[in-house]
Amino acid sequence: MNIQAADTNITTDREPKMQARRVNVFYGDTHALKDVNLDIYADEVTALIGPSGCGKSTFLRCLNRMNDTVASCRVKGVMTLDNEDIYSKQVDVVQLRARVGMVFQKPNPFPKSIYDNVAYGPRIHGLARKGDELDEIVFTSLQKAGLWDEVKDRLDTSGTALSGGQQQRLCIARAIAVNPEVILMDEPCSALDPIATAKIEELIDELKGHYAIVIVTHSMQQAARVSQKTAFFHLGNLVEYGDTVEIFTNPQEPKTKDYITGRYG
Amino acid sequence: MSKPEDLEKGSKLPQPTAWKSNEMLKRVKGRYRSEGRFKAMGFAAICAAIIALVLLVGSIFLTGIAGFSQTYVKLDIYFDPAVLEEIQTSSGEDLENAFISANYAKLTQDSLRKLFPEVKSRREVFRLFQFVSPGSRTQLQNIVREDPGVIGKTQSLWILAADDVDMFVKGKISRNVAQSDRKVSDLQIGWIDSLSADGRLVKRFNWRFFSSGDSREPELAGIWGATVGSFYTLLVTLIVAFPIGVLAAIYLEEFAPQNKITDIIEVNINNLAAVPSIVFGLLGLAIFLNVFQFPRSAPVVGGLTLALMTLPTIIIAARAAIKAVPPSIRDAATGLGASPNQVVFHHVLPLSMPGIMTGTIIGMAQALGETAPLLMIGMVAFVVDIPQGIFDASTALPVQIFLWADSPERAFVEKTSAAIIVLLAFLVTMNGLAIWLRQKFERRW
Amino acid sequence: MTDHTVASFDEELNEMRSKVVQMANIVNTQLQNSLTALQDRNSELAEKVRLTDQLLDDLDSDVERSAVEFIARRAPVAVDLREIIAIIRISNTLERIGDYAKNFAKRLDVLLETDSIRSSERLLSHMVDITSKMVTDVIDAYIRRDIDLALEIWHRDQEIDAIYNTMFRELLTYMMEHPHYITTATHMLFIAKNIERAGDHATNIAEMAYYIATGKALDMERPKKDKSHLAAAPDVEE
Repeated sequence: MNIQAADTNITTDREPKMQARRVNVFYGDTHALKDVNLDIYADEVTALIGPSGCGKSTFLRCLNRMNDTVASCRVKGVMTLDNEDIYSKQVDVVQLRARVGMVFQKPNPFPKSIYDNVAYGPRIHGLARKGDELDEIVFTSLQKAGLWDEVKDRLDTSGTALSGGQQQRLCIARAIAVNPEVILMDEPCSALDPIATAKIEELIDELKGHYAIVIVTHSMQQAARVSQKTAFFHLGNLVEYGDTVEIFTNPQEPKTKDYITGRYG
Repeated sequence: MSKPEDLEKGSKLPQPTAWKSNEMLKRVKGRYRSEGRFKAMGFAAICAAIIALVLLVGSIFLTGIAGFSQTYVKLDIYFDPAVLEEIQTSSGEDLENAFISANYAKLTQDSLRKLFPEVKSRREVFRLFQFVSPGSRTQLQNIVREDPGVIGKTQSLWILAADDVDMFVKGKISRNVAQSDRKVSDLQIGWIDSLSADGRLVKRFNWRFFSSGDSREPELAGIWGATVGSFYTLLVTLIVAFPIGVLAAIYLEEFAPQNKITDIIEVNINNLAAVPSIVFGLLGLAIFLNVFQFPRSAPVVGGLTLALMTLPTIIIAARAAIKAVPPSIRDAATGLGASPNQVVFHHVLPLSMPGIMTGTIIGMAQALGETAPLLMIGMVAFVVDIPQGIFDASTALPVQIFLWADSPERAFVEKTSAAIIVLLAFLVTMNGLAIWLRQKFERRW
Repeated sequence: MTDHTVASFDEELNEMRSKVVQMANIVNTQLQNSLTALQDRNSELAEKVRLTDQLLDDLDSDVERSAVEFIARRAPVAVDLREIIAIIRISNTLERIGDYAKNFAKRLDVLLETDSIRSSERLLSHMVDITSKMVTDVIDAYIRRDIDLALEIWHRDQEIDAIYNTMFRELLTYMMEHPHYITTATHMLFIAKNIERAGDHATNIAEMAYYIATGKALDMERPKKDKSHLAAAPDVEE
């Protein structure tokens, strides 16, 4: 792995959890991402913002190779997790997705019981040998997701019977249950009301220390609220990447400034 | 080009639309009129359909309901030791032969003669003997077999009447018609009237219809043989078509690469669903009978042929059901690190199962009602015995209906309708099951 | 007040609040230290006051930066928005009061070299006490959202004005009768004016506390007892 430090505009002595170097993504003939270099740190929330179709979701889905399921998608460049190329042939994509979990835009619990929703990941990966261990994982995951008190008396009811915000927290609990290192969130609050959104944001704040979190959001305010680093994408380019406070109080690039102040286009 | 004064005019504030003007009101009225016309036409169409359905089902029902009852005549049977002598004297294998070969007909004949001693001429006696069904012989044989002690005694028994008597009792043969134009003569009518007056004629529920196989005698014919044949046929169809259909659907939906070959397969599956069923029958005839030399008229061949016909239906239904599973569920499982196989068998298949089941049941119902392909592979044979397995010769319900509808006896008309009622009952039950499944397990995402 | 769903929202807000409280405490100490330095003729203490003012300036810019970041990142609304705007102004105001205290201490270099006017010093001490109590109370009113206390403090400013009037006349009289005292009296006059201004600023903070709690501006006529602009030198017999 030969990553040139000069490629990145961020100078830091910390080791990044994930790195993207000269990442180019094509959907058929469409050039969706152009030479993107980005570092993701373990104890931070990184927000990806930008107008629709700017490539932020594409970038996110590259991080756990969800784009593999799209036949026409080609990824070029280097993407690493703990300095290991995630697109190399030796990497088991199933394992990668267990290490890099994902939460989707629309809450998508399985139409199974709350318990089974959380237990599904540990079950397929064989993370728990006995029933007790599984119970323990379900308990801690739901607790970390701040859902335990709300659902402890009805673990066997269907996950789809919960409210939208609870469903999304269930999805987060489900992702946590596999004990990932990175959690990707693709506009996790876009289908939720402000209160449910606030709860998710608080949850993200709490999870921050334990997982590297990457969140795609259309709401610049949300990016400002929850993240420590913000990356602004535009037309497939990474325009600016830096500390969230800097981006939102003193952006360096005119495009970033126009976008975050609502003068875009 | 607009002149400056036009521009001047155009720049004035536009007048609000005159919604209340006569022209506007007329337009609105016209709109409501055309809507009313359309509604009336639709309503008329529905009415026509309902009337047609009611007429069809009603006529079948009215005709068929009589098929579920049968006329019996009460006779005092003297188990004459002279006639049954051999049964009393022989033993072992001879006894079995004696049971079978004994002249039971004579017992009923004697009994009838005793009832009507005035009948003397050979022709009239012959007519009299035809008063009861040939099936009475089996009935008497069973009684003697069960208890040989009845020999020498007299028993009052309800004996199955012949089909013509049954028809007359049910009023299907009118006494107002000239004697030469009806199958029942005045003499017979006299007997029927006198028996009826004695309380010796009665209509009973026709259990035999549901428990026996086909017969040349309408009063003895039943649909059990055909029902069992249909059951075995459908069993074979289900066992063959369901797994193949579902697996094909899963492969096409979840794993097949998007290319020309897949497209061609897809188009051809849709085409296959539109192929006339008789063509499948010809295919079955050519392949299963001529090439593989499977037994003729057997449910296994019928089942395989119907499986070919049902396969496209199941594949199309299963694909639709699989497609209906939202991609978000697939994403969720994939995002947790489930392999494509796990995604399919843990999530997609269980979630699409109700839809697949519904499609399968409808396909099965279609197969149950199918006649043409079965005709081609010889399931149209006259089979009296109840089939014991998928390799026995048998018919199927719709073929039985077809056979009976073709029979000349007057009494088969009501049997045909009765069999149609039974078939319809099966179809309605299966479709009902499909609807129930859909209602119960259908999810809204 | 119930907490925000997002805990860090409250954390950041509390941090700014505690900085404001810290500033208020420092301002009080500065005022008291200046006064003590005057009374005890302690030039070292005066020097310390002058140096400590930097701390206030730093805290003020700290609070201001946090507040801007807070607005940029959290987009506060309603009471939170009022508070964050008020926090910026309160912090600015406290910094200004701190400047007055520093100015007080600056003048001590000269004052400590001249004869003191004891009676005026007593009045000044009284003014400082009231002002610093006002600062303490007004921050208390703001933190606790105590409208009544805020209103009460708002009226307290009249006392300071009254003392200032008295002091003005007294110093004027001193200067006329004993030109020897002119230097001392002039500096004392400026100090008194500064303290009086500090009282006005505390009143401003009271208005802001009222605004945060109610969302309404305190738009009554400000009670004023400062009549010094009408004061003229007493007639001197020629």
